[in-house]
Amino acid sequence: MRSLIIRHLPESHPDTSIPDPHQDTFSKCVLGFWMYLMTDCILFATLFITYAVLHDNNFGGPTSQELFSLSTAFIETMILLFSSVTCGLGILASLRNDKTKVLGWLLISFLLGASFVALEINEFHHFVQEGHSWTQSAFLSTFFALVGTHGLHVTCGLLWMTIMMLQVYFIGINIMTFRRLVLFSMFWHFLDVVWVFIFTFVYLMGVI
Amino acid sequence: MFGRLTLEAFQHQDSQTMAVLGMVVSGIALMGLITYLKRWKWLWNEWLTTVDPKRIGVMYIVVVLIMFMKGFADALMMRLQQAMSVGESFGFISAEHFQEVFSSHGTTMIFFVGMGVLFGLMNLIVPLQIGARDVAYPFLNALGFWLFASAAMLTLVSLAVGKFSACGWLAYPPLSGLEFSPGEGVDYWIWILQIAGIGSTISGINFLVTILKMRCPGMSFMKMPIFVWSALCTMVLIIFAFPILTATLYLLTLDRYLEMKIFTAGGGGNPMLYINLIWAWGHPEVYILIMPIFGIFSEVVPTFCEKRLFGYVSMVWALLLITLLSFLVWVHHFFTMGASPGVNAFFAITTMLIAIPTGVKIFNWLFTKYRGRVHFESPMLWFFAFVLNFSVGGMTGMLLSAPPVDYQVHNSLFLIAHFHGMVIGGVLFGFFSGFTYWFPKYTGFKLCENLNRYAFWCWFTGFLLAFMPLYMLGFMGATRRLNHYEAATGWQPLFLLAGVGALIIMTGAAIQLYGLYASIRDRKKNADLTGDPWNGRTLEWATHSPPPIYNFAIIPTVDQLDPLWAIKRGWVTPPEPKYEDIHLPKNTPLALYIGGLSLVFGFAMTWFITWLAIISFVGMLTCIIIRLTEKEEFDVITAQEVENTEAEYARRLKTT
Repeated sequence: MRSLIIRHLPESHPDTSIPDPHQDTFSKCVLGFWMYLMTDCILFATLFITYAVLHDNNFGGPTSQELFSLSTAFIETMILLFSSVTCGLGILASLRNDKTKVLGWLLISFLLGASFVALEINEFHHFVQEGHSWTQSAFLSTFFALVGTHGLHVTCGLLWMTIMMLQVYFIGINIMTFRRLVLFSMFWHFLDVVWVFIFTFVYLMGVI
Repeated sequence: MFGRLTLEAFQHQDSQTMAVLGMVVSGIALMGLITYLKRWKWLWNEWLTTVDPKRIGVMYIVVVLIMFMKGFADALMMRLQQAMSVGESFGFISAEHFQEVFSSHGTTMIFFVGMGVLFGLMNLIVPLQIGARDVAYPFLNALGFWLFASAAMLTLVSLAVGKFSACGWLAYPPLSGLEFSPGEGVDYWIWILQIAGIGSTISGINFLVTILKMRCPGMSFMKMPIFVWSALCTMVLIIFAFPILTATLYLLTLDRYLEMKIFTAGGGGNPMLYINLIWAWGHPEVYILIMPIFGIFSEVVPTFCEKRLFGYVSMVWALLLITLLSFLVWVHHFFTMGASPGVNAFFAITTMLIAIPTGVKIFNWLFTKYRGRVHFESPMLWFFAFVLNFSVGGMTGMLLSAPPVDYQVHNSLFLIAHFHGMVIGGVLFGFFSGFTYWFPKYTGFKLCENLNRYAFWCWFTGFLLAFMPLYMLGFMGATRRLNHYEAATGWQPLFLLAGVGALIIMTGAAIQLYGLYASIRDRKKNADLTGDPWNGRTLEWATHSPPPIYNFAIIPTVDQLDPLWAIKRGWVTPPEPKYEDIHLPKNTPLALYIGGLSLVFGFAMTWFITWLAIISFVGMLTCIIIRLTEKEEFDVITAQEVENTEAEYARRLKTT
């Protein structure tokens, strides 16, 4: 076990080949996770297409101009972007094998992510409260489907982040937890990229 | 307590009750047999918890055999009904039940026979052909299998509990929407496809990374066997296409469960959007099924012609072109949607373009035979039948690709005959060829050649008899999914002929099953200890039959195509073996648990049993978290053990 601990303070990246009896595990996992992200990307692309096609079918219900508030969406965007930054700082800390800092940055990312989800739920709740639920029109259905699916992904990310924090706390940073941290951060950044597209296509273009 | 599940769900028509009883009885008999032979522990340790791709491949094939019987029974029922149900007579199946039968036939054959065959062969052959000991993600591979098996099981459950979807194998809305199909059938269909589809995506990622990352030293892309190339292209297609299916089903689920208005006829929804999306997955899917078959024949033909494959590079480019083009043709499934002539013309031309790379492949195989030493063994017989059927099917496909023609024969039996020519004459015949070819690799003995030949002739004549009449019927105006027609149409003789063809095919399938049994019984007679019964050319024949758990005692190094052939010809001398410790991943039951829980989850969601759905979902999540926290452990096979195994093998070879 001892030999698995990464000791590489001077280098800028962990030497992933030496403590790993199965060379290439690290790069294999990263490549495979990229592929997974691409499949997820296509899933979102399908939802985006559905949204684009049905955007104007508001069926007597509100249009996107009447519905969206840019300020909420902007705050959500900023929160998510910042959580990506802090998550990245956490990964940098894990390269220096700095357990406390990793936990700290992850905790901040978690709080930011959780407040994003809370804001989104609040927004959805607000819409439903006003009588504009997903059953009203095709436009609203696809809106809830697209943005809700992203929110669901963020929620899964929060769960994963919790597990990673527990692992870092109890196991420490070794070749396996490090790998999982890297994969998690890829996931988290990916969700950010998707959100940037949602912000542009759904909110910005919806209000213009 | 049980959602909308009531006792009524267990009441069926006689024919279905018989099938369910048969299933339950054979299931109990199987479990009894395992208990009697005291094999539970063996089954658990060696098979159910395994992460070894060789074992997983065998399990895929077993599931395929079971599901094939179900799908084939559906096909026979349809043939029988259509032969009988004329004029006064209404056959033996009600119209509603007939709809379930054709829906479940399509779903079963595509998702559990076609996809199962594909992943089964990938598991069995790809690691061996690239000279690897394992796949990239052994756990995900097992998980992919168990999701596949659970979805198959859910299909069987749908036979016994409640009704299956009556909306065809692709469940077009608005028919499949909440308004017109409020029952459990479409929900069964959704969850079966969702579980199987996610399993396929997972396996697709696994094999793509395996091929990209785990090829043995020296095997550059242009030195990979064509089967591996076809696997690579198939996996790329899976990764691009299956998420579309997942998303589309997800949207349909939202329509049905949360009353969204995405694909509904009212509320601003757009059913044609669903049809576009489902075919954006569906067309690549048919190439996902056929491309591995191209790979199989590219291995079989050179081996049985004792000659290097003609036009290797053009073969690779043809595969890549097909991969690309298959995403650009989906509209040809619904030219009648009424898109503008410009749109239809574009998709007609891309469809016709696909004929070019496919033709390249056919000619390459034929040129491989030219001046080769052709052996007429059963894998080659399947190849000859494949060339004929696939060319006829391809030609009629070209007819269908012209929109004016398509308007005439859209949704007619002409279309049915066309695509069955591709999936039976193509996919299934190809699988039989590959199965016969690689069977001795995994068992150490060949299949009985005589019985294979009888089965082949039954399948071949049966296929022609069953489907050539359908081409004619299509021209005469018979549409697909007919459960009744008038005598004045004059269709009955042709339907009867098709029915006879189906019976001949059944004879062929029965001979194959008996052949499997007879070959196992006479295994001593057909035994092969060399590991290379066909005078093979690629790496899988360079190791023992059946392969040891570590596949290769020493990881091979290659410097050309057909490395084994080079060694046998003396062009290359293999280095002296120097054994090392081998690490292999430990077995784990978690994949089985997740698969089983997904089955429960799918069932609970179908019947609105909320508490069960929540429990099984939390269970799955827990399994994933456990897996995410586990320390990876490995079984170590020491160099000494490897040496002993290899010595034992050499001794056995000498004594015979």
